[in-house]
Amino acid sequence: MARAVTTRRKAINTAIAWAVGLLIFFPILWIFLMSFKSEGDAIKAPLDMLSAPWTLESYGVVQERSDYFKHFSNSVLLSFGSTLLGLIIAVPAAWAMAFVPSKRTKDVLMWMLSTKMLPAVGVLYPIYLLFISLGILDSQLGLIVVLMLINLPIIIWMLYTYFKEIPGEILEAARMDGASLRDEVLYVLTPMAIPGMASTVLLNVILAWNEAFWTLKLTAANAAPLTAFIASYSSPEGLFYAKLSAASVMAIAPILIMGWFSQKQLVRGLTFGAVK
Amino acid sequence: MATQHSRSAARLMMAPAVTLLLGWMLVPLVMTLFFSFRTYLPLRPEVAQTWVGFDNYVRFVTSSSFWPAVVATLIIVGGVLLITLILGVILALLLDQPMWGQGAVRVLVIAPFFVMPTVSALLWKNMFMDPVNGFFAHILRALGLAPIEFLSQHSLTSIIVIVSWEWLPFATLILLTAIQSLDQEQLEAAEMDGASWPSRFIYIILPHLSRAMTVVLLIQTIFLLGIFAEIFVTTQGSFGSKTLTYLIYQRVLESQNVGLGSAGGVYAIILANIVAMFLMRIVGKNLDA
Amino acid sequence: MGQISLSNVAKRFGEVEVIPPLDLQINDGEFVVFVGPSGCGKSTLLRLIAGLEDVSSGEIVIDGTNATEMPPAKRRLAMVFQSYALYPHMSVRNNIAFPLRMAKLDKAEQDRRVSDAARVLNLTDYLDRRPGQLSGGQRQRVAIGRAIVREPAAFLFDEPLSNLDAALRVGMRLEISELHKRLKTTMIYVTHDQVEAMTMADKIVVLRAGVIEQVGSPLELYRTPRNLFVAGFIGSPKMNFLKGDEAKKHGADTIGIRPEHIVLSQEKGDWKGTVGVSEHLGSDTFFHVNSDLFDEPVTVRADGEVDLHYGAEIYLSPNTAHLHKFDAKGLRIS
Repeated sequence: MARAVTTRRKAINTAIAWAVGLLIFFPILWIFLMSFKSEGDAIKAPLDMLSAPWTLESYGVVQERSDYFKHFSNSVLLSFGSTLLGLIIAVPAAWAMAFVPSKRTKDVLMWMLSTKMLPAVGVLYPIYLLFISLGILDSQLGLIVVLMLINLPIIIWMLYTYFKEIPGEILEAARMDGASLRDEVLYVLTPMAIPGMASTVLLNVILAWNEAFWTLKLTAANAAPLTAFIASYSSPEGLFYAKLSAASVMAIAPILIMGWFSQKQLVRGLTFGAVK
Repeated sequence: MATQHSRSAARLMMAPAVTLLLGWMLVPLVMTLFFSFRTYLPLRPEVAQTWVGFDNYVRFVTSSSFWPAVVATLIIVGGVLLITLILGVILALLLDQPMWGQGAVRVLVIAPFFVMPTVSALLWKNMFMDPVNGFFAHILRALGLAPIEFLSQHSLTSIIVIVSWEWLPFATLILLTAIQSLDQEQLEAAEMDGASWPSRFIYIILPHLSRAMTVVLLIQTIFLLGIFAEIFVTTQGSFGSKTLTYLIYQRVLESQNVGLGSAGGVYAIILANIVAMFLMRIVGKNLDA
Repeated sequence: MGQISLSNVAKRFGEVEVIPPLDLQINDGEFVVFVGPSGCGKSTLLRLIAGLEDVSSGEIVIDGTNATEMPPAKRRLAMVFQSYALYPHMSVRNNIAFPLRMAKLDKAEQDRRVSDAARVLNLTDYLDRRPGQLSGGQRQRVAIGRAIVREPAAFLFDEPLSNLDAALRVGMRLEISELHKRLKTTMIYVTHDQVEAMTMADKIVVLRAGVIEQVGSPLELYRTPRNLFVAGFIGSPKMNFLKGDEAKKHGADTIGIRPEHIVLSQEKGDWKGTVGVSEHLGSDTFFHVNSDLFDEPVTVRADGEVDLHYGAEIYLSPNTAHLHKFDAKGLRIS
C-alpha cells in the first residue's frame, strides 16, 4: 500500500528529482540546442549561444554531406539486419530450451552467456584476419554476422525468459488439437510471444546501433555506420560544433526514442534475468 | 516433460545457435592462443614466424607500458564502479519517492545510456571539456578562473566522468527495479518495530539491494574492462589513459605485433573469465528459482 | 468408439519409476475417474494416454490400434487442461475452431461444428470475445467446446475444475456429467477430489505412488475398499480407524467405521467418550469425539438438529454390519 504523502513533501521530491534528471540529461539537451545554431554562435559563451538566432543550417550541411546518409543507412542495415538474423536463429533455440528443457539446458544457457563475456580485444586479430581472408572486411554482411553473434546470447536469453512465461499446457493443447511443430510455433507460440519479441528486437537494435568496437575496427569507407562516422570527428575540429551536434542528434535521436520505450526490458535483457 | 519426438526436434532447433556460438568462440580463441606463442609481425615479412614459447607473455608483462596500463585500468574501472554504485543507489531511492512526473524524470535519467559511446565521448571532449570553447571553459572564464585542460591534465578523471555518465543510468535503472520489488510491508513492519530511517536503510533496503548491486558491479566490470571508443575518441591512450584493452589494441593493430598483442589478449580473456564466473554463479542461482 | 487398454504400461523419469508397470481396461462410453493424492501419478498416466509423454515400456491400444508410438494429434483424443490452456490471442470462435483448422476441414463444416458446440455449451453470445474477457466457468466451457468439435474417440480431463470456486465447481460437475450422458463418449477424468470421483464416475481408479490401489464403481469402493488407503480416501468425512484392543475384539489389526455408521446416544453404547469440536452443516452435524479408547478423535455423523455442548459425555455404537476389518498389511479381511 502506497502511503499518502503530504503535498509539500511531494513537491520537494519533485523539485529535487527534476533537478537531478535535468542535470544528467543536460549534455544531450545542450548539443540539441547547439545543433540549431550557426557554427560561429555555437562556440560562444553559453548565454550568448542561447540568445543567438536559431537556424537549421547545420542539419542542411550534414544532410548535404552524402556520406551522412550512407552511414545512417549502414547503421539501420547493421542493427536491424543483425537483430533479425539473430531472431531467426534464436527463436527455435529458445523454444527448445524453454519447452523441452533437459538437464543440460541450464549449462547451455550459461555457456551461451559466457561467450558474451569474451573480451573483444582478445580475439581482435583473428577476426580481423578471418575477415580479410574471407574478403568481408568493411562489408555490411561481415558486420551483420559479427553483431549478430555478439548479441545472439542476449536474444536467446530474452526470448527464453519470455517463452518460459507461456504455459506449456497451451502448446500441449495445440499438439492435442493436431498442430504440427510448425503450426505450434507459427499459430500459437509466436502470436503469444509478440510483445516479448518486440522488446527483444528493440533492445538488440539499440545495442547493435551503439556497438563501438567492431564497427570501428572492421569498417572503412564502405560499411561504416554512424559510430564510425561520428568518431571521424575526433580530431580537433573546434569550429564544427554545430555540425557535430546536428550529426550527433541525428545519430542518437532514433535510438533514444526506442530506448525510452524499452526501459523495462532493458533491465531484464542486460542483467540476464538476475534482477527482476 | 516431453516425448522422444519433441526432444529430437529440440536438439535440431538448438543446433544452429550452438554451432555458431561455438565457432564464434573457439575459432578466434584458438587462433589467438596460437599467435600468442609465436613471433608474428605481418608488416615485417622478413621476420620469420617462429615458436617463442611464453616469450610474448613475459614480454607483455615486463614491457614498460604494462603496469601503467594495469593501474589506469584499475583506476577507471574502480572509479566508475564507485561513482555509479553510490550515485545509483541515491538516485534510485530518489526516483522511488512519490512525485509528479516520475515517468518523465526516469526518461531524462536513462537517456545517456542510449547515446552511442562515440557520440558521448565527442560531446564531452568538445562541447564540455575543450579548454577553449567547452562549456566548462566558458564557465570558468566567466568566474575569472583559468580554463582547465581536462583531457590532458586530468585525463583519467575526465574519462571516469564520461564513462560514469554513460553507465549511471544503467546502475540507477537496475537498482530502481530492485527497490521497487521490495515489499512495502517489510518496511512498514520495521517502522512499527521502531526502526528509524537510517536503520531501515541499513538493515532492510541495503541488504535487499545487495544482489542487484553485485549484478551491476559484475556486468559493469565486464563492459568497463573493454571500454574502447571513449579512449579512442578522446585521448587515443595518451596522457596516461592507456588501459589494458587499448594497449592490446595498439600492439595488434597499430604496431602490428600480433604475437605480443595476442598474449595480452589471452590475459584479458582470463581476467574477464574470472569476473564472468562470479556473475554466472548469480545468474545461475536465479535460473533455479 | 473409445476403447482404451493399457498393458504393462510403465513410466520412468531417469532412475525414478513414477508408474510401475500397470494394466487398465477402459470400455467404450465409460466415465473413468483417476483419483489419488497429489503426486500419485494420475496426471502422468493421463498424459501417457494423451501421448504428451512417452511410455517407458508397455503398450497403449486405442480402439484396437496400437497407439504407443503415435503422436498426440493422431490418437483421436481431446484434452481439457487444468489451466484450460485457451489460446489467449484468438477469439472464442477461433479457439474452438483451431483443431478443425489444423485438420484442414472446409470452412462451412468448421462453422457448423463451432456453432453446434457453442449452442450446446451456451457460448453463442461469446464467440467473438477473447478468453481474457470470460469468467472461469465460461473459459472452462470454451475448453470443452474445443474438445467436443473434434468428435474424439475419448475425452481426457486433467483436473478441470480445480481453478473454479466451490459453487461453480458443483455446477460444472453436473454439466460435464450431463455432457457425458448425451455424447456417450468415453471420458477419462483426473482429480484429487474424491467427491468429484464419487459423483461423476462409472468407474473409479484409485492411484497411489503410481500404483493402482483399486478399480471399481463408486459404491463398490465405498462398500468394500480393498485396503486401508482406499478406505481412508473414499468417503467424506473420512472413515475412522481404530487399532489395538478394539480391533482385536473383531479379530483384525485395524478396524474402520464410517461416521455415518455410528449410532450416537446419551444413555448407553459400546464406547464412552466426550464431545470435542462439533461442525454444524445444517443437514448433518459432525461430532469429533474423544476417548481413551481412541488414538485420535472419532468423527460421528448425527442429524442436523442434534446439539451437544463441548465436553458432553456421550456413547457411541458402531453398526457392525458396516464395520471394515483390515489385517496387519492393511488389506481387507472379508
